[in-house]
Amino acid sequence: MGKFQLFPVQASTLAPEVDHLLYFLLAVTVFFTVLIFGAIFYFAIKYRRRSENELPHVQHTGYTLEILWSVIPFGITMVMFTWGASIFFTASKPPNNAIQIYAVGKQWMWKLEHLEGQREINELHIPVNTPVRLTMASEDVIHSFFVPAFRTKQDVVPGRYSTTWFTATKPGKYHLFCAEYCGTNHSGMIGWVYVMEPMDYQNWLSGGAAEGSMAENGKKLFEQLACNNCHKEDNSGRGPNLVGVFGKQVQLAGGGTVKADEAYFRESILQPQAKIVSGFEPVMPTFQGLVTEEQLVQLVEYVKSLGPKPGAGPVDNGQKPAPKKSSNAGSTPANR
Amino acid sequence: MADHAPTETLALRVQFDTEAQQKDAATLGMWLFLVTEIMFFGGMFAVYTIYRSWYPDVFAIASSSLNQIIGALNTGVLLLSSFTMVMAVRAGQLGQRKAIVIFLILTLLFGGIFLGVKAYEWNQKFEEHHIPGQAAFHLDGVLPGDQGHAQLFFSIYFAMTGLHALHMVIGVGILLILIVQARKGRFSASYYTPVDVAGLYWHFVDIIWIFLFPLLYLIDRHLVK
Amino acid sequence: MITAAAQEREHYLNASYGLKSWLLTKDHKRIGLLYLATITLFFFIGGAFATLIRVELLTPQGDLVSSETYNKLFTMHGVMMIFFFLIPSIPAVLGNFFLPMMIGARDLAFPKLNLLSWYLLVVGGLFSLYAMLAGGVDTGWTFYTPYSTTYSNGYVVATALGIFIAGFSSILTGLNFIVTIHRMRAPGMTWFRMPLFVWAHYATSLIQVLGTPVLAVTIVLLFLERVLHLGIFDPARGGDPVLFQHLFWFYSHPAVYIMVLPSMGVVSEIISTFSRKAIFGYRIVAFSSVAIAVLGFLVWGHHLFVSGQSLYAGMVFSFLSYFVAIPSAIKVFNWTATLYKGSISFQTPMLYALGFIGLFTIGGLTGLFVAALGIDIHVTDTYFVVAHFHYIMVGGALMGYLGGMHFWWPKMTGRMYPEGWAKLSALVIFLGFNLTFFPQFILGYLGMPRRYHAYPEEFQVLNVLSTAGASVLAVGYMIPMIYFIWSLRYGKVAPANPWGATGLEWKTSSPPPVHNFEETPVVTHGAYDYASLMAEEVEVG
Repeated sequence: MGKFQLFPVQASTLAPEVDHLLYFLLAVTVFFTVLIFGAIFYFAIKYRRRSENELPHVQHTGYTLEILWSVIPFGITMVMFTWGASIFFTASKPPNNAIQIYAVGKQWMWKLEHLEGQREINELHIPVNTPVRLTMASEDVIHSFFVPAFRTKQDVVPGRYSTTWFTATKPGKYHLFCAEYCGTNHSGMIGWVYVMEPMDYQNWLSGGAAEGSMAENGKKLFEQLACNNCHKEDNSGRGPNLVGVFGKQVQLAGGGTVKADEAYFRESILQPQAKIVSGFEPVMPTFQGLVTEEQLVQLVEYVKSLGPKPGAGPVDNGQKPAPKKSSNAGSTPANR
Repeated sequence: MADHAPTETLALRVQFDTEAQQKDAATLGMWLFLVTEIMFFGGMFAVYTIYRSWYPDVFAIASSSLNQIIGALNTGVLLLSSFTMVMAVRAGQLGQRKAIVIFLILTLLFGGIFLGVKAYEWNQKFEEHHIPGQAAFHLDGVLPGDQGHAQLFFSIYFAMTGLHALHMVIGVGILLILIVQARKGRFSASYYTPVDVAGLYWHFVDIIWIFLFPLLYLIDRHLVK
Repeated sequence: MITAAAQEREHYLNASYGLKSWLLTKDHKRIGLLYLATITLFFFIGGAFATLIRVELLTPQGDLVSSETYNKLFTMHGVMMIFFFLIPSIPAVLGNFFLPMMIGARDLAFPKLNLLSWYLLVVGGLFSLYAMLAGGVDTGWTFYTPYSTTYSNGYVVATALGIFIAGFSSILTGLNFIVTIHRMRAPGMTWFRMPLFVWAHYATSLIQVLGTPVLAVTIVLLFLERVLHLGIFDPARGGDPVLFQHLFWFYSHPAVYIMVLPSMGVVSEIISTFSRKAIFGYRIVAFSSVAIAVLGFLVWGHHLFVSGQSLYAGMVFSFLSYFVAIPSAIKVFNWTATLYKGSISFQTPMLYALGFIGLFTIGGLTGLFVAALGIDIHVTDTYFVVAHFHYIMVGGALMGYLGGMHFWWPKMTGRMYPEGWAKLSALVIFLGFNLTFFPQFILGYLGMPRRYHAYPEEFQVLNVLSTAGASVLAVGYMIPMIYFIWSLRYGKVAPANPWGATGLEWKTSSPPPVHNFEETPVVTHGAYDYASLMAEEVEVG
């Protein structure tokens, strides 16, 4: 891949949109650069000092020019803002039919995991013309998942899930870079995204690891860690039944609701007291330090796989979930 | 315009044209410095606000582990010290040299008491295993999954009261210098600016504490049964 | 006119001799020169790091230095250049020297505090230098957590401490300037008669005073977390690593205006002088400086667009970032309009000022790219951003600094620099600069991330161009070093006002007397009144 180029290839649905805004910005830049440079050159030559005692006559102008060259640039920048914001909006909302893939970043590699169980290191195979929603976690420091050909980038922050999405439009092989400085081998935390025709992707998937799908592995963990002791599917356990919970609004103890998405599941495993489901006691132990990010995403996928199949839902870039409105019984000195 | 005299006095340094101008400049300078201090502490208050809004219940429990009686008494001591500081400035205005020294010493004493009580409180926290970052950290009444959040409260507690105490220590140092200078008769009714300006600093450090006390010690206390 | 006899006249340089007279001076002019020596040293250290970086980047492989070393090089380049060169530069050297003179004062309000500011910069610099020599720090000048608090093995605390101490230097300078401008203007020197250089420093000082303390507290928290393991940014305890970014950028965005506003003040003085015309729209330019300072505090989140910050926060920050571009644009238009029907001459200061306008225009316009949310997703953390800020900081701020140094050199030293060599080096710098940094825009859009030790082969050609430019630029910076020192002994003796400039500093001799003015001036006209100036000269001459 040593070909010299001056402009990156467009390989996603987002890329042309970003590039169009770029062209507009370039046009404005060239226009004003030529205008200013031109004016300076012209004035410098035309009004060069011709005699030692030359004294320019000072005109007192009004504010018309000032207003003009404030308002017009402001208008142009507002176009830039609106255009850029709308692209950003699109880039933040994956379509409901996106396929789900997980990525875990750690110093200094990317671990990718497909629902079907295929794992990759520093490589990501995806089908062309299919929206892909990538949910990402970090095991240590902040990383950033950057695919220049797609024009996408998203920081991966430890302690939360980050999400990005893209629809690849051109089969081929594209650079993947870590774009947030993360230590010694930051520039080695790179890889490739392989965009394949649908048939080739299916072949690749089925020829892949026989280790079981993410959900199957998640189920094994669910049993190993004894989650099924409390989370029973017949509602007889001390914990909420998890069947069909994904994507629903969950009623919390003390009022308020939260959407049961991947971040909620992850938080419930690591900080169980943060959001207690209404009608249940705060007795779940924490698994902080007992599960890796990779195991977490498998558990999450297992819970997602229980019950009706939900939509992928909008991107949640690690927003801190809405603060609780009131306390749990018994955990504060006060009763409201 | 008039040339300035080649020799300068305490009240009229060579860069200034009048004594009033110099006093004015010194006062403005100190107010500006206090604005920088507001921004400095402000960063910590912002951190406090964010984490308290995320973990309100844990913060309330952690706050209740602080001794509000001692905190309130200490607040009173600091307020008293601001009063004696005001009296020192007043003595300066009136040119009462002995009184300046006495009130500065009293201010110093009250400041010292505050710091001593603070040291006691910190030691209490150490005994109760409320020092964040230590393996033995444990806050009663908070479940294991939330102990980390409790550590956040105490991190903020130590950082903010620590920084405040550091400013008090600097204030104590300034007071010591002023006491020595006052005893040597450096201040008079026509020049007591350093006392005035140190007073501004001392009051500011006091005001920071007035905010710290309720925010750290009194979270949800009104809800205690 | 200075006769040979007058050269024996006493001025601030020969009024006293010896190390103590310099190290314990209260004279703002001497302190300005102390700063000059210090920041020049730091500049060359930072430049040495840059040289090594650019040489390494000649080849795609990391073959000159190890990855660890490379990471330390870019970190220390950033730390030196930002905190120990750019932030002090114009205010500490030219501001200290000329601000009192421009408003007709004998010194700053607090001369001893001024000297303390210099010592703080030196001590801070020594701490950071110690860290660099002892083994270096590799977190990037941005110190993002949790890498800096938990994972980095470098001398984070020592470097951060050095920056913390230097921060106080900055705060005290700003405080000194604000009080001086408010309280020590000569009779008749109203706010709207002050030179635009003073307005620019007033705005800069506001930022220094309000912003730097937030950096200080951020460093304190970083220190506490790293050394005492407190947990403020630790996600395992419910802390937020991105909170560090918010706190850090709350200062560090306004900091870029600390670095560029003084330069804009210099440019206003030079454009006016070498067009022999008042700056077009004086009041608007004055207000625009203050507007930049205020608005600059509202945009820090544009450094966090892909950090996990909320969508809506991103939109607010993008919108405000476009807002802050407008006052800067106004300045560029006003400077250009000043040339219209002026009487323009092209000595070296003017070349630097015109270069500033051109390069700042490009740098500022590329700011519009990164302010656009949709584009920033792609270009943030790439060489596009590196190019953008170097256009402003090197093409802008540093060129303004060099322009100011040439403009005021005769006044500070009593000697002229050699005009031919100066023009040549200005040209070399301009060409070298563009060759160094323009290819980086392309590299960035192609996707080359920043802080990369090794890179894919297809990026090599552009990197080689950039390094070639850097070597030209390096030569360009060496030449003035040599001729400035040469001029101290062999330069033509300078008259009081070699440029025909307005401004009270030009009414004093070159070099000025110890207390600036033999008599406190009384000001009777506005800042850029060339008609009065020439009338006076006719009278005297």
